[in-house]
This record gives sequence, structure tokens and C-alpha cells, in this order.
Amino acid sequence: MESKIATEAESPTAQTGQIPISRRIWPALRYFFSSPAALVGCIGLVVVLFTAIFAPWIAPQNPYDLLQLDIMDSRLPPGSESFSGVPYLLGTDGQGRDILSGIMYGLRTSLIVGIASAFAAALIGTTLGLMAAYLGGRTENFMMRLVDLQLSFPTILMALMVLAILGNGVTNVVLAIIVAEWATYARTARGTALVEREKEYIDAARCLRIPGRRVLLRHLLPNCLAPIIVIATMQVARAIGLEATLSFLGLGASVTQPSLGMLISNGYQYLLSGLYWISFYPGIALLITIVSINLVGDRLRDVLNPRNAR
Amino acid sequence: MVTTLIRRIIQAGFVILAMTVIVFLGVNVIGNPVDILINPDLNQAERLRVIESLGLDRPLWQQYLSFLHGLTEGNFGNSFVYSKPALDVILERLPATLELALCAMVIAIVLGLPLGLYAGLYPNRVSSRVIMTGSILGFSLPTFWVGLMLILLFAVQLGWLPSNGRGETAMLFGVRWSFLTWDGLSHLLLPALNLALFKTSLILRLTRAGVQEVIMQDYVKFARAKGLRENRIILVHILKNLMIPVVTIIGLEFGSLIAFSVVTESIFGWPGMGKLIIDSINLLDRPVIVAYLMMMVVLFVSLNFIIDVCYTLLDPRVRLDGKG
Repeated sequence: MESKIATEAESPTAQTGQIPISRRIWPALRYFFSSPAALVGCIGLVVVLFTAIFAPWIAPQNPYDLLQLDIMDSRLPPGSESFSGVPYLLGTDGQGRDILSGIMYGLRTSLIVGIASAFAAALIGTTLGLMAAYLGGRTENFMMRLVDLQLSFPTILMALMVLAILGNGVTNVVLAIIVAEWATYARTARGTALVEREKEYIDAARCLRIPGRRVLLRHLLPNCLAPIIVIATMQVARAIGLEATLSFLGLGASVTQPSLGMLISNGYQYLLSGLYWISFYPGIALLITIVSINLVGDRLRDVLNPRNAR
Repeated sequence: MVTTLIRRIIQAGFVILAMTVIVFLGVNVIGNPVDILINPDLNQAERLRVIESLGLDRPLWQQYLSFLHGLTEGNFGNSFVYSKPALDVILERLPATLELALCAMVIAIVLGLPLGLYAGLYPNRVSSRVIMTGSILGFSLPTFWVGLMLILLFAVQLGWLPSNGRGETAMLFGVRWSFLTWDGLSHLLLPALNLALFKTSLILRLTRAGVQEVIMQDYVKFARAKGLRENRIILVHILKNLMIPVVTIIGLEFGSLIAFSVVTESIFGWPGMGKLIIDSINLLDRPVIVAYLMMMVVLFVSLNFIIDVCYTLLDPRVRLDGKG
């Protein structure tokens, strides 16, 4: 009896619990894709993810394998052929690396850094935000002061501060992005949790003497997830952009595994001599990634917003 | 009112003090400038003498106390690279950054406000849709990449504008400014445009949202019913009420323009504070890093303080002593 009430209390969709999941998901999916922008974003995202995951198999060249590089092929314009007759669709850079392959491998680094840091920031921020809302009182006051303080500084300044202290490198960039972004999650999580906290199902769970941690994780968290997922999507895009910016400034990823930002930065020195393709195409790849994620996130916000529920 | 003000000032003071500890400890515990700054060919005795002259041999807390003492006198120690007081090195670069940020803000307002007004007044026109899509691009495009493309287009392909440096400067109030000469102005245009891109989109979207809210208000309908000319309605009734959020954002975003100028200055070789801090991080020039970070902390804490105070003065509904 007790467990049955508990499961029903866990989510507001419990009344529709008898309807099979597929019947609930299909209309939502159809609604999601009814916007052309969302469709474009999704296709873009699938292409980007596919490219990043399967880069070693679909890339024409392994840009980190020095044996495959030929210095004779350096700085070739897009569409030219290599010495051995292989076409370089997007040209080559100063070391004779194929730009297209460089982008494919660079996407991996960018996505890994972006997703990892956004996920870690989400974990930390959400935990702190939920705890603040649930515990209230002094803890909440202190945490929210910290969040306010954090949000009053621009992200790039926070990231610079972390990097100035810790030094350059990929792990430090991830840390810097986490420090710069956790507060957004904390604020969102707290805001949602404050509303949810007052609802009956939390009271019910408390009346059943379910331990606080369980209420927090199994009752409060699932019902606060929607806005957090939306924020997380957008923040992945911001994290990728921030990582690219920091790499461009020479504070970021290592030279052996260049991210998109690093590739663009490499092309900077050739730009003034008109060799545009070395920075141009990685930038386009970065743009497609960020715009696709933003379009999907924008649509997710519409779909997950309870006010828009049909 | 006075007590809340005092409480806010004390709070701000604590924040700044806490930041001095974090910044100083972080920079000093983790980096080791001895290896980088001292010529490896020097013998041991000479090494020790240099370390002593830089004050790097004393215990950390002593270094911190003398740093704090110096702070109250505006003295952050000498830059390891320039052998000049760190604050002087930064202050020399300050006008360039301020000039860039101000120009970017002016461009953002001049472009963003009218375009946002237009898109808000005629939301269904194709041109408005184009403007709004453009503003999404403005948000999504990585600033540094746009900077490179601006250089490629205007400096390399067309050859219209220079891509590097400040150009010719002229003196005004004892400080050198670029915008007073044609050459300086041509150097200023590209970086300012680059820095303004993001803020233009922001102001544009804010203005449009504001217009759509204000246009539904009764006083606008009443003004229309009175038969006022459309120009007057737009300029007086709509624009005036729009200015409150827009001015707030302009105030808030000015600080972030200074912070983001780091990127733009690095691309365009603009000799401001942002380029300085990147160079200093790479060279581990600790006094300059610390001075820059502390200056930014003070800047943002005071900016927020001023905005808070302005809110209470302008809008009695906002109470400082309320929660959060």
C-alpha cells in the first residue's frame, strides 16, 4: 500500500500511468518536429554527432598520424589533389593536414569538452540548487548569495580567473567552464524546486516519512528536470563556444588533439596572406554545431514547458 | 535606507577581501614564476639574489600581507616583464580598452535599438523575420571567428580597413585616443564592430520584446484613439517606456564588454588590457594578473552596487533589504 502511494506521488503523470509509454511519446515527438527549425537543428545535430563519433572511420586521413602527412601537400586550396591523387575537399593546413579530417577529429574534442563540462556543471549546480531549495534557511541564503555573485561576473572572466590560477590545459578548461556555468543550473533548479516543494505530492511523501534524501532524489528531482534539461542543452552550446574561445586565446586544449577553436587559431597566421580555408571551414563546423544545439534547445523549451501542453 | 546601504557596502568589502585571498593564493600556490623568469644560465648566488629582490623567498602569508598592504596604496608590486608597477602597466592600457568598449556600445545601441523597434512594430514583415534570424546568428556566431572573417573580408580581400593596432592617436586630457584621427578611427571600426555584434543582438531582442509589451498597453491605444501622429506615438509613448529595461541592460553589459574585449583585442592586436592579461597569463607575470583580476573584481562589485542603488532610487517596489 505504502509503496503504491509513493510511486503515484512520484510524478504528476501518474494518472496517465496506464497509458503505454509509446502513446505518450509519439504525440510529443510529432509536436517537437512540427517546427521546421527544430527539424533542421535535429538533422544538424545528428550529422555533427555522427561525424564526431565515427571520425576515425569516415575521415579521409588521420591528421595525428605523422606518416600520413606530406609536407609537399601543405597549404593547398580546397578541391586540390594530393601528390598521390587523393582530393582535399576543404584544402590543407600548414603541415599538410587535410582540413576536413582535422574538423572531424576536432569536433570530437570540442564535443567531449563541451558535453563533459556542461554535464558536470549540471550535476553540481542542480545538486546545490535542489539542496538550497529543500533545506532553506541559512544554507539557502548563503548559496544564493554565492550564485548571485557568480552570475554578476561574465563567464569569460570567471574562466580567465580559473585559467590564470590553474594554468593552461584541457582539464583546466573543463574546470573553468564548470566554475563559470554551475550557477545558472543552481538558480534554475532552485527556482523550479521552490514551486514544486509546495505541491501536495511532496507533502504526501513527507507524511509517509520517506527519508529526506529519497524525497529529494525520487520526488523533487524528476519533477524539476524539464527546465534543467533545456538549460543543459543551451549550456552545451555555450560550453563548446567558450572552449573554442579559450583555445583560440591559446589557453585551451593541447596541440596534439586540437579542438575546433585551436584549428581556427592555427589558421589565424595564414589569414593575412589570404589562405582563408584553414580558419573558415572549422568556424563553419563550429557554427553548425552551436546553431543546431540552440535550435533543438529552443524547441525543447517550447515542448517541455507545461504552459504549452495541449 | 542608510542602514541597507551600509550593509551592502560592508558586504561588497567582504567579497573583495575574499577575492583577494582566492586570487592571490591561487596565483601564488600553483604557478612558479622563478623557473620562467630567471635566466637558467645564472649561477645559484645570482638566482637567490633575483628571487630575493622579487620577494619570492618569503613565506606565503607574509607575501599576502605585504600584497594587501600594497593594495591599499594601489601598489600590486612590479611587473616581472615590464619592471614597472603592475597597476601602471594596466592603467596605461585602460584608455584603449575603454575606448573600444564605448565604441562597441554606441554601435550596439545605434544598430540594435532602431532594428528592434522596427521588428517589434511590424513583426509580420519579411524584413523583420530576417532581422530576428540575424539576431539568432549574432548570438550563435563565435565572436572570435567573426573577428577573423571581418579581417578576411575588409582587410585582406577588400583592403579597405587595417587589421592590427590602434593607428595614429591624438592627445585629449593627457591620454592618447584613436577616435580623434581618421587613421585611428579606421583602426577602431573593425574591432568595435566585432565586439558590438553580441550586444547588438541582445539590445535588438530586448527592444523588440519591450515594444510588443508596450504596444498592448492602454495608453498607447489611447494615444492612437486621440489621433496622435504615429511618429509621436513611437518616439514618446513607446520609446520612452522602453528605455527602462534597455538602459539597465546597457549599464549591466558595459562591464561584460570590458571583459569580452579580451577576445577582440587579441584578434585585432588592440593594445588594451585584454591583450595584456592574455600575454601575462602566458608569461606568468603574476603581479599584472593579480592586479587585473582585482581590478575586474572591484569593477564588477561596484557596478552591481551602483545598479542596486539605482534600482531602489528609481523603483520603490524594489527593496534592498528584501530577500535575495
